[in-house]
Amino acid sequence: MNLYRSHVLLCAGTGCVASGCHAVSDAFEAELKEVGLEKEVKVVHTGCFGLCALGPIMIIYPEGSFYAQVKAEDCKEIVDEHLLKGRIVTRLLYHETVCEEEGMKSLSETGFYKKQTRVALRNCGVIDPEVIDEYIGFDGYLALGKALTEMTPQEVIDIVKASGLRGRGGAGFPTGLKWEFAAKAEGDQKYVCANADEGDPGAFMDRSILEGDPHAVIEAMSIAAYAIGANQGYVYVRAEYPIAVHRLQIAIDQAKEYGLLGKNIFDSGFDFDLEIRLGAGAFVCGEEPALLLSIEGHRGEPRSRPPFPAVKGLFGKPTVLNNVETFANIPQIMLKGADWFSSMGTEKSKGTKVFALGGNVTNVGLVEVPMGITMREIVEEIGGGVPNGKKFKAAQTGGPSGGCIPNVHFDVPIDYENLAAVGSMMGSGGLIVMDEDNCMVDMAKFFLDFTVEESCGKCSPCRIGTKRLSEILEKITSGHGKPEDLDKMEMLCTHISKSSLCALGQTASNPVISMYKYFKDEYKAHVYEKKCPAGICKDLLQYVVVPEKCIGCTLCAKVCPVHCISGKVKEIHVIDQKECIKCGVCMEKCKFDAIIKK
Amino acid sequence: MKSLAELAAIKEKMKQNATMREDGKSATRIVVGMATCGIAAGARTIINAVTAELAKKDLEHVTLAQTGCIGMCRLEPIMDVIVPGQDPVTYVHLTPEKVTKIINDHVINGNIVQEYTIGAYEDK
Repeated sequence: MNLYRSHVLLCAGTGCVASGCHAVSDAFEAELKEVGLEKEVKVVHTGCFGLCALGPIMIIYPEGSFYAQVKAEDCKEIVDEHLLKGRIVTRLLYHETVCEEEGMKSLSETGFYKKQTRVALRNCGVIDPEVIDEYIGFDGYLALGKALTEMTPQEVIDIVKASGLRGRGGAGFPTGLKWEFAAKAEGDQKYVCANADEGDPGAFMDRSILEGDPHAVIEAMSIAAYAIGANQGYVYVRAEYPIAVHRLQIAIDQAKEYGLLGKNIFDSGFDFDLEIRLGAGAFVCGEEPALLLSIEGHRGEPRSRPPFPAVKGLFGKPTVLNNVETFANIPQIMLKGADWFSSMGTEKSKGTKVFALGGNVTNVGLVEVPMGITMREIVEEIGGGVPNGKKFKAAQTGGPSGGCIPNVHFDVPIDYENLAAVGSMMGSGGLIVMDEDNCMVDMAKFFLDFTVEESCGKCSPCRIGTKRLSEILEKITSGHGKPEDLDKMEMLCTHISKSSLCALGQTASNPVISMYKYFKDEYKAHVYEKKCPAGICKDLLQYVVVPEKCIGCTLCAKVCPVHCISGKVKEIHVIDQKECIKCGVCMEKCKFDAIIKK
Repeated sequence: MKSLAELAAIKEKMKQNATMREDGKSATRIVVGMATCGIAAGARTIINAVTAELAKKDLEHVTLAQTGCIGMCRLEPIMDVIVPGQDPVTYVHLTPEKVTKIINDHVINGNIVQEYTIGAYEDK
């Protein structure tokens, strides 16, 4: 065989594709050919490393050099210096890995990676997801092989139960229990489905797993199928994840070719086949019954439960439906044991959780942390804090279904119960950081508008209630809010969450409830003083000239797009509030800080 | 896929990936000087010889790295063999034949080839 002395890992996840990794890859391979190193150096396209903010990312082994924001024109230098002469190109290294003295720090010592534990993401950024042998090289399909040849279905269920793994889609139902229900349910035909209908704005855990380690999901679904007695599975993934769909299809084809999907797997008599079903991107289709209906070819609408899918699911048959991240944990649990998994986390929430870190935070990206870590550790240490010297205000978990965690609860250990106790939820793992410049009324409106759009319309509390709630918030942010609107808003929130049919409606008012709970003053300022303390709501703010500072340079009048600033040279200028569209250009351009927002 | 043995065979074939992409602290490392002085003295043939030898002997757990000039340009080509837990051994004035012997004696069997080391050279 050919032995490579160096492996160059290039992230080909969606984040890095967007920042141009394909051009880097082409340039890099051309350079390798140019100097004749293509047989010595192997280029591997992997899934997401997590530090999406710094893409395109390249790691060169055996040194483990982590190059960030690599451009096509940097490739010649990397090849000539690093690969040919063995000199690490310090200027391109991720700044946290650069040491004052000689050498460089390994990635695991950097703030971003130090507190992470990668279980579900263990192969993301390590293997080439389009080559099944790479997955097998890292113990892939060993868990399935052992389950099929050495264990009974009940033993598999017992391990998953003992591990304490709970659903990572957000609700946190014990996975082992779900499997057991489906295993015990009567039925000539059973199904295993994966929920990859990741709909929260800002969440991309499932996408990254499917892009970076699709075989882990296939293997886990096969294990689940064996445990409950199913022979057919479906992955429900949204069509707007083209890279994930493409890699998953490659992985399924390769698994079929190897006989890891199909008939008589591992000569055990167990058959399992897997198909992809594309979703059109409706948020409600992440809801169990709606998702299953959509797979069947019907309109995705929720229905009341029970019966639960484990008893009566897809095509009316017992069905296990787990989230992608839940599945990604399964092979490791089978290989390393329930005790290993349950040794991580808190009393009731075991293992790790993947969060998609976004918003006003330095290291935007994907992180996997043990349960029980605090928000402070995630935002300040792993996330690198809030950029531009701003103050951390709150973090939203669970997307539009979750709530905000204000900085007073910054040190609460994160698990399912604690997040619910402070009025938020684990959710699927979106984590949006907000700083002092975010208006909490505006944020609540943003999340609510998303649910208004995505409400399927089947039940009226959700269809009409969220619309009315959004109108109240609109009133408040536009300065027409009355004191009684706040009471009406609270009451409406309670009604919507109590009477909606599915989780979409039941959780729709969570952002409003929690943001009102923790930032009441801000809501009141909008209503009573007609002021937006964060300076976001346009209707409530004014741009004014500070007479003492204005020298009459006329720049503001020149840049104003609606010509509402008047004044002569060397005279104090005045902004006509009636005409002002509050674009803020005058404040941005003024060299004397003579224009302020109030 | 009919058996765990079949799976294990594929894993074995891919073993190099695992050693290469882990932090590599546990693996034996061979580091070849590849600065201008090294290259001028023939370090490329040495790298090629090491790669070929590692592949031939199935030594996928050994990693091969390059380094810059360590200041002893007159002794190039130079390479270090670093076995975890032991002091690095520096070999100088290398030829492909010496590489074969070093990999066989030192890397595989753990016997340092004293006559090729920098110590032996300086005693001359």
